[in-house]
Amino acid sequence: MTEKIRSLDDLRKLKERSGDLTSARSEENKVKIIIGMGTCGIAAGAREIMSAVLRELETRKLHNVAVETTGCIGMCQNEPLLDVIRPGEPRITYCLLKPEDVSRIVSEHVVNGRIVQDKLFGRAE
Amino acid sequence: MALYRAHVLICHGTGCASGGSPKVLEAFKDELQKKNLDKEVLVIATGCHGMCEFGPIVVVYPEGTFYSRVSPADVPEIVEEHLYKGRIVNRLLYKEPISAEKVCHYKEIPFYGKQHRIVLSNCGYINPDNIDEYISRDGYQALGKCLTEMSPDQVIDEMKKSGLRGRGGGGFPTGLKWSFCAASKGEKKYVICNADEGDPGAFMDRSILEGDPHAVIEGMMIGAYAMGADEGYIYCRAEYPLAIKRLQTAIKQATEYGLLGENVLGTDFNFTLHIKEGAGAFVCGEETALMASIEGQRGMPRPRPPFPAVKGLWGKPTNINNVETWANVPRIIHQGAECFAAMGTEKSKGTKVFALTGKVKNTGLVEVPMGITIREIVYDIGGGIIGDKKFKAVQIGGPSGGCLVDEHLDIPVDYESLTAAGAIMGSGGLVVLDEANCMVDTAKFFLEFTQRESCGKCVPCREGTKKMLDILTRITEGKGVPEDLDKLQYLGEQIKATSLCALGGTAPNPVLTTLKYFREEYEAHIFDKKCPAGACQRLLSYTIDPEKCIGCTKCARNCPVNCIAGKVKEPHVIDQTKCIKCGACMANCPVGAISKG
Repeated sequence: MTEKIRSLDDLRKLKERSGDLTSARSEENKVKIIIGMGTCGIAAGAREIMSAVLRELETRKLHNVAVETTGCIGMCQNEPLLDVIRPGEPRITYCLLKPEDVSRIVSEHVVNGRIVQDKLFGRAE
Repeated sequence: MALYRAHVLICHGTGCASGGSPKVLEAFKDELQKKNLDKEVLVIATGCHGMCEFGPIVVVYPEGTFYSRVSPADVPEIVEEHLYKGRIVNRLLYKEPISAEKVCHYKEIPFYGKQHRIVLSNCGYINPDNIDEYISRDGYQALGKCLTEMSPDQVIDEMKKSGLRGRGGGGFPTGLKWSFCAASKGEKKYVICNADEGDPGAFMDRSILEGDPHAVIEGMMIGAYAMGADEGYIYCRAEYPLAIKRLQTAIKQATEYGLLGENVLGTDFNFTLHIKEGAGAFVCGEETALMASIEGQRGMPRPRPPFPAVKGLWGKPTNINNVETWANVPRIIHQGAECFAAMGTEKSKGTKVFALTGKVKNTGLVEVPMGITIREIVYDIGGGIIGDKKFKAVQIGGPSGGCLVDEHLDIPVDYESLTAAGAIMGSGGLVVLDEANCMVDTAKFFLEFTQRESCGKCVPCREGTKKMLDILTRITEGKGVPEDLDKLQYLGEQIKATSLCALGGTAPNPVLTTLKYFREEYEAHIFDKKCPAGACQRLLSYTIDPEKCIGCTKCARNCPVNCIAGKVKEPHVIDQTKCIKCGACMANCPVGAISKG
């Protein structure tokens, strides 16, 4: 039995809950996480990084983050690579990641905007 | 709710669905499961994207990558390359017809560049079978605002301020129309959605119903609240099975949530909604015929007054608007009348959806701000004429409309300008014609349609259109006489003046406007027995150039009626009395010795 919507408040609550349904399709003001998924990346464990990212975003209910994949950028010895772009800020690249690093990057950088220095590879303007 | 990093939107409008998009969807589901991506990539069926020419269409978010003409065989590559490895599949990108460049992003496609998608903002973006997706995009918020913050009069004032006019063709101010029905006394009132879209080549309303059914339902409920109605009908032609299915699902889901029914959103507003399937008679798009059809009677127009606002369905005050008009309502209330009135021209506000068809490179569904020029629609959005042939005319407003020519390319698209030029805004059919289209033949095509669809009540429409059609047929067969032109003009004007409803009142328009702008083409058919466009088969003759003919006998061997004579290695001759103008000889001639004219 579907829950009834009995007031405008109910409707607004449902809208909040359903926001995530279509949020992946909007491109406005989002933090982007881009994971290198070239053959090198996959061989170095990029899939595990991807799973860790998705798990972390879900645990933290961070539904306004776009997770994209990209091909090899030529620095295969530093894979897995992961980029974070906060709106209006430079693209930050992290390297040689392990799944356990993901949680720190999400909480420090994605949420609070503080770059995780020890995993930093570089920045591209 | 699980988090999906990517959304794959697969168009399930009628165009893409008949192009095989349901199989593409299945292929995506299978392939994602195989690759263990089904927990992170969501697959969704959506309504029409508008670019039906390039379907089935698949859009991948968050990047917004636009793939065209996708077949199930392409799916493994998209999943492996794009969704797994993040590499865009270049060969499936849309190729821009003018520059021949590949375009990656949805928003960079010139077809969408000049469009302003308000009514279509959800079409191709949300899953029409999931009410939660509509709600996530502010769905039913406008209804909530009306029911809790606005009085019925305030809602009507807001509609008047917006300047919205009926999108079904007439262009009557919607707010004013509502105020008539609201002022009618009566315990019981109805609102009706006219979804009997019957113009040949028009599919605006169908696409809205298929892509965003809740917007129409919400619009009707706002109207019902403003006018004091508690029951509504959507009159949809039975030829739109997918639209009806999506509407049924939408009504079911809204009812389960309690958004339809009694005490909507905890207020004392009640509303029930029915779907009535029409049997496909064009005349039932006329409002009085439509109501007769809902009542179970033969669909025939009756004289007005009394207007439906006074005496409508089952004799009760009734308001009828078309699909696109209703779909505009929630947006106007939600964003405010000023926001809507800021778009368009002085007397025509907002946007209009057109079904762009005919000889343009990008056919499909487009939504443009009022006041845009025909040139921008044909060349910038439509991409120009196929094969870069010469533009001849646009037929606007379907069988009730008229044609516009070169000199009209720069007039603004609004109700007044189009009427002044002899055409009408109509419901939104826009057929582009090039130099290979014969205007007499085009007028005949539309008149054949209205003649067949005349309900037969008024003699001028029933008999007059038949006579006009006889004359047009005669002209296209080379049997026209000089008096025919005056007769057509006279008959046309009489039928317009003496028919009860808009069907007869507009049926002669295609003939009258082509007579006005292409009189010389009619005269060529009558006096020279020639069709300048080379389209009227009976006026064609095929001839063999004896200088070029090498006597290979190929034409004679391919002629189905054996009317070509000649010996091997000698020039051949066509017997014009027996020739059926099929063109088989010309198609088979290896040296191009046969010409038609």
